[in-house]
Amino acid sequence: MSRLKTLVRNQHGVQPLRGGHSLCQGCGIPMVVRTVLSTIETPVIVVNATGCLEVATTRYPTTAWTVPWLHVAFENSAAVASGVESAQRALRRRNGLTSGQDVTVVVFAGDGGTYDIGLQALSGALERGHRFLFVCYDNEAYMNTGVQRSSATPFGAGTTTTPVGLDSFGKAQRRKDMTAIAVGHHVPYVAQAASNHWDDLSRKVERAVAANGPAFLNVLTDCPLGWGHEPRLAPQVLDAAVDSLYWPLYDVVDGAYRLTYRPQKIADVEEWLRPQKRFAHLLRPENAGLVDEIRSRIERDWNALLERCNDEGG
Amino acid sequence: MTHAARELLTGGEAVAHAMRQIDPDVVPIYPITPQTPIIQGYAQFVADGRAHGELVNVESEHSAMSAAVGAALAGARTMTATSSQGMALMAEIVYIAASMRAPIVVAVGNRALSGPINIHCDHSDSMLIRDSGVVQLFAENAQEAYDLTVLAPRLAEHPAVLLPVLVCQDGFTITHSAEPVELLPDAAVAEFVGEYRIPHAMLDVEHPTSQGPFAMPDYYFEFRRDQAAALVRVLDVLPELADELAASCGRRYSAVEEYALDGAERAIVALGSSAGTIKDVVDELRADGERVGLLKITSFRPFPAAAVAAALASVAEVHVLDRADSPGGAPPLFAELAAALYGSTTALHSHVYGLGGRELHPADIRDVFAGTASDYVGLRGAPCHA
Amino acid sequence: MAQLTPWEELEPGGAIAPSTSPASPTGGWRTGLRPDVDLSKCVNCLLCWLYCPDSAITLDGTVFAGFDLEHCKGCEICAVVCPTDAIEMVAEETAA
Repeated sequence: MSRLKTLVRNQHGVQPLRGGHSLCQGCGIPMVVRTVLSTIETPVIVVNATGCLEVATTRYPTTAWTVPWLHVAFENSAAVASGVESAQRALRRRNGLTSGQDVTVVVFAGDGGTYDIGLQALSGALERGHRFLFVCYDNEAYMNTGVQRSSATPFGAGTTTTPVGLDSFGKAQRRKDMTAIAVGHHVPYVAQAASNHWDDLSRKVERAVAANGPAFLNVLTDCPLGWGHEPRLAPQVLDAAVDSLYWPLYDVVDGAYRLTYRPQKIADVEEWLRPQKRFAHLLRPENAGLVDEIRSRIERDWNALLERCNDEGG
Repeated sequence: MTHAARELLTGGEAVAHAMRQIDPDVVPIYPITPQTPIIQGYAQFVADGRAHGELVNVESEHSAMSAAVGAALAGARTMTATSSQGMALMAEIVYIAASMRAPIVVAVGNRALSGPINIHCDHSDSMLIRDSGVVQLFAENAQEAYDLTVLAPRLAEHPAVLLPVLVCQDGFTITHSAEPVELLPDAAVAEFVGEYRIPHAMLDVEHPTSQGPFAMPDYYFEFRRDQAAALVRVLDVLPELADELAASCGRRYSAVEEYALDGAERAIVALGSSAGTIKDVVDELRADGERVGLLKITSFRPFPAAAVAAALASVAEVHVLDRADSPGGAPPLFAELAAALYGSTTALHSHVYGLGGRELHPADIRDVFAGTASDYVGLRGAPCHA
Repeated sequence: MAQLTPWEELEPGGAIAPSTSPASPTGGWRTGLRPDVDLSKCVNCLLCWLYCPDSAITLDGTVFAGFDLEHCKGCEICAVVCPTDAIEMVAEETAA
């Protein structure tokens, strides 16, 4: 519990993201922002991709942000962050600053702005080795524009562009493993986290900031509107995501895999699917095969992850 | 006047030297012909410790401009370079850079837009972003490319402006052709450009701001007007900066250059390197007693409509040479002239030339002055009319 | 409603300083329920503070100090995560 008190104290009495924004009732994103920014002890500059977080928090002339905040476009937050980070390095060098506190550059982007349209800029920034933290708040679709599918949308999910219908069971493709893509860039720190596992996330933020280079955090968080559940069910749904092994929590430190959470009791995938309207059709008897497919993929991926963790002695 | 060194340099090399002397803090770069000599030249200066910017080898031009916006708004003097398809790819962010008032300097090696893919000169890349709100200055030769690049940071960063400034030079014709160029001494450039300062640097964390907000219909219109006003103020700011630069180098720039327009009956209006060829033809024709002249446009954006109208007030016949077309409509420079001269009695003619690097010969220019040139100079086949 | 400014008075590029940003109350989003607390059960775990999407849990130092009803949207997550059931949702009109 002392970690939470530390997060409170790190804010120095000012929430980095105040109330007064127009994110949905029960939106999971602010918790991610709060956990990340309150773990970081240096000053921050937030670079925010176009999306729910950006649109809902800065309707001119209001802003909900009390920290420096920069939004340029949808696909380029990692490139913008590269520029900010390079500027800091250049100015510190020019002014002969070798000590003193660096400003930490933190990107917040949704899954659309990370997995899809944002992928190129992210890849470039990771490859170049900029010292910044890229946080994807992954709610598994383009939520701000009305719940359209992204490459983070899971297999079988209904979205407005992969609707469930007479001829369709929802998204026909598996979701991309963005965490693995980041790992493939040989950056110092990559992690998969979930917003309700806040202690795990906070520890990962610490490790990310300490890494002397790019850090990528893929954080699952819920969207009551897009996932189709009452806001108050958010903690339960996220628990099911993690405990069903659908969304394992791990990190990769200089290429070495480490599991950071192992459920005491593994939940059946139906606990993850059942509360969400976007999966309701999968629970019809005729779709049992699809659920089996989901279940067996989860098992396969989990075993592969365990092997990677064991290989590294994790 | 300070003594300056004179070297045989291509336009690309000259601009790389300007960048070395300006010594920006952050330079995101991505290669595309024909601007590559600029970024390669600058990269070598950095590798040799003669320039000290953070060279950011980004993975596309869209990221080059994005990183430039991030750096410029963070509080660092920032430059980049592009051409053609690179301009097209970064176009989204060029508009945003202007609206976010990021004073980035961009070296442009003007090159035709695809398709077909073509690496040679025309002005279609600049014209693609003519509505973006950025400043666009056109150089006639390598000397101008160098001088305007030195001028550019002061213009971009002027508190009344705060906009990206594009210094455009014709691809290959200027970027790759060697000419004698007078470089200013390093110290003179450093003193001229001075320190970088913007109203709300992101790295000034003691004074946090949110930049790049979402604007509803109740505010968007006012933002666009505000940035347009800043672009127009360039016409007020440019003379003072040009005077200051002239004190160092002896060359004075303005939004337009009048060449032999005194008593001219016929004039050509043009942008870029063709102006040099046209001046040669004007000299020859004047020697033969023909009353012809040239109005060279240096500042395409903001377009100096009043200065243009004044310069051409007594010219009976004006031929506008456009090195870009606007299919289904009026070519861009011609459209500006028509608007600027609306209501005058000047006979105004449009000629599109040089697309995709097609050469403009002195004979073509003589045809223009003689009134026998086609609407599409040098085109094989029937000319088409709107 | 904040006064709409003419273009001459805009900050270049639309930079907004948080200190001058007008307030935006979002408490009106609630649809009949608001959070209420039994302080005798509260153990100051701060989970409600962490989870609240609208930063509507006010603290005095690290001590729970109440709900910011100007911004609370009534999502009920604080009541769900409270480990001691100190928080429950009550009808909006319930006396504080």
